[in-house]
Amino acid sequence: MDILPLTLSGTTARRKSKTLVGPIDLTITKGDFVMVMGPNGSGKTSLLRLMHGLERVRGGAAKFAVDDSLAQSKQSFVFQSPTLLRRTVRENVALPLKLRKQPDTNQVDIWLERIGLTAAADQPARSLSGGEKQKLALARAMITDPQLLFLDEPSASLDGQSTREIEAILTQVHANGTTVVMATHDMGQARRLGQTAVFIVQGEILEHGPMPDFLDHPKSARAGAFIAGDIVE
Amino acid sequence: MKTLTAALVWLVCSSAVSADSLRLAVTTSFENSGLADVLLPAIKRELDLNVELLVVGTGQALRLGQAGDVDALLVHAPSAEAAFVASGHGASRREIMYNDFIVLGPKNDPGQISQSHSASQAFVALAKGSAPFVSRGDDSGTHKAERALWENSDLEIEEFGPWYLETGSGMGAALNTASAMGAYVLSDRASWLNFGNQDDLEIVFQGDAALFNQYSFIAVDPTRHDHVKFKLANNLEDWLVGESARELVDSYELNGARLFTHNAKF
Amino acid sequence: MTEIWDGITQAFFLVVSFDPDLVSITGRSLRVTVTAVLIASLIALPFGAWLAVRRFRFRRWAIALLNALMGLPPVVVGLIVYLLLSRSGPFGVLDLLFTPTAMIIAQVVIITPLIASIAHQALRELWAEYHDLLISLNTTKWQRMQILLWDGRRALITAALAGFGRAIGEVGAIMIVGGNIDNVTRVLTTAIALETGRGDFALALGLGFVLIGLSITVNLIIHGLSRTEQEGRW
Repeated sequence: MDILPLTLSGTTARRKSKTLVGPIDLTITKGDFVMVMGPNGSGKTSLLRLMHGLERVRGGAAKFAVDDSLAQSKQSFVFQSPTLLRRTVRENVALPLKLRKQPDTNQVDIWLERIGLTAAADQPARSLSGGEKQKLALARAMITDPQLLFLDEPSASLDGQSTREIEAILTQVHANGTTVVMATHDMGQARRLGQTAVFIVQGEILEHGPMPDFLDHPKSARAGAFIAGDIVE
Repeated sequence: MKTLTAALVWLVCSSAVSADSLRLAVTTSFENSGLADVLLPAIKRELDLNVELLVVGTGQALRLGQAGDVDALLVHAPSAEAAFVASGHGASRREIMYNDFIVLGPKNDPGQISQSHSASQAFVALAKGSAPFVSRGDDSGTHKAERALWENSDLEIEEFGPWYLETGSGMGAALNTASAMGAYVLSDRASWLNFGNQDDLEIVFQGDAALFNQYSFIAVDPTRHDHVKFKLANNLEDWLVGESARELVDSYELNGARLFTHNAKF
Repeated sequence: MTEIWDGITQAFFLVVSFDPDLVSITGRSLRVTVTAVLIASLIALPFGAWLAVRRFRFRRWAIALLNALMGLPPVVVGLIVYLLLSRSGPFGVLDLLFTPTAMIIAQVVIITPLIASIAHQALRELWAEYHDLLISLNTTKWQRMQILLWDGRRALITAALAGFGRAIGEVGAIMIVGGNIDNVTRVLTTAIALETGRGDFALALGLGFVLIGLSITVNLIIHGLSRTEQEGRW
């Protein structure tokens, strides 16, 4: 049963009286690889959290194709700075299975292998390097085989090697049918991975369309400036 | 989890006592005398009875008796005891033995208390306040006796100056305080002889009949509290007034001095 | 000053001679307090986790109340427990007054707020860190509490040890509800109070040093155990 499409109509997230993001009109369709782009503070993180249900909908609506609790169980989120439990690498990857009381049919070993941490499986997760931690968070997010994966600038503070490894995994995950929504402000990464571009400034969508069109023929001056590397507010 | 529960059950429950036991509230002065260490083993031997002592002030002892939390009392406050029995809390009051109170003070005796010829004179001299006086202030038998002695000398405690210090503590603590402050204090002889921290204190007045300290045994009335061990308490009372107790009490000495006189009427 | 030295030598002789009274009194102290700490932890640790995880209207009030209860004088706790367990009180029929069980009850009342408060402080920080992840993973409240309790176990051991420290050194409450009966409810602290009252400062101090030694030993053992388990790398 497909949880997508996800439809946002006039959706807004607020904390106290401050609007974090919105009103947003956007549809996420099955199989897409959406890149959410925009300057710092534009609301990329808030938009992802709003879609995932970490921010409450304070205006408009956000609807999946199925009811919320089912949708919730078929999606995962990778945070910008990975939150790891004070447990071993293996226990961290296995956590979502354990919480759902699902049997581990070898997925944990497979994912440890994919992220190259088989040898470190029984080490404390917190002793890993930044890149390893982020790969671990990605493996943990994928262990339940979600239909929809959110990533909030997962490679923002990583070196080239780690970024390349994560991108390789993401390409594969997407090819296997997982829909991906990812925030980034790395234009190269957006071009390498993204199919659909969402450009937001000050909490509102300014442009939305196929990635090549957005990068090569931005409609607005601000998008153009952003792509060119200028400071946009 | 099971082992934890089992451990908890064991920890909570393994407090069972096998032989008959009886709870007796006694005053600090009795406990401090050390007489209990002689009497309790004899009671255990002759009556096969474990006497569990609750060492409290007379005021608290009477409260414990009223509530039915102890089976019997061994206290020394005649008027309060009479009231306790009269109001139906105690079955009867039986006089067992007496020791005496003594007035202690700093060795240089600034109030010249040792010159007094009677207890009443001594307390008039104390009330001049030439040195502090430490009062138990805890409604204990000793405190009650002290208040009676002031009254006998026609003195009003309410009118006393800052030299009169109510500590609200046990005999030992009051002695510690008096010793540290160079103050006068009223004590039972037993507590004094058994007291380890005598330092600068010494007896400044003793021997007057007014300083007589009568101990009585009261069994808690079973008509109010049907759980109290009245029969055991009666057995104990019979033993306390009997010959074995008389010998043990009269021959008990501390630092060469005889402490108690057994005066129970059989 | 000589009294402190006397106390140290007294403590030394008491311990090396394996004084039977000292052994039974120390054993009783440990049994009462360890039981109280276990029971209090079973109540306080989940409660601390629940307070950390739950957002409810009177949460601030609950925390303020908890902190206020921490400052409750043990003597008052002792008096209340006495009145409840007294033969003329509501639980008199249980015949618990002047037993080790009564002392355990009083200690549980005294240290539960302390353990809960320290546990809550520690778990609140952990919860701030885990919050987004555990919400994202669709956890139930119960699962969140379980994860916090497990991952915060080192801080929770510290909380329990704080409770142990307070309980093992407590005298006011257990004196009232235990009665300091020789061979039944006499523990280290009440024995110290008794010997001080008798003016035997050296013995009182000696027992005091034994108490301190006991407390240090328990702390070292617990910390030792928790370190070998986790190799101190978290």
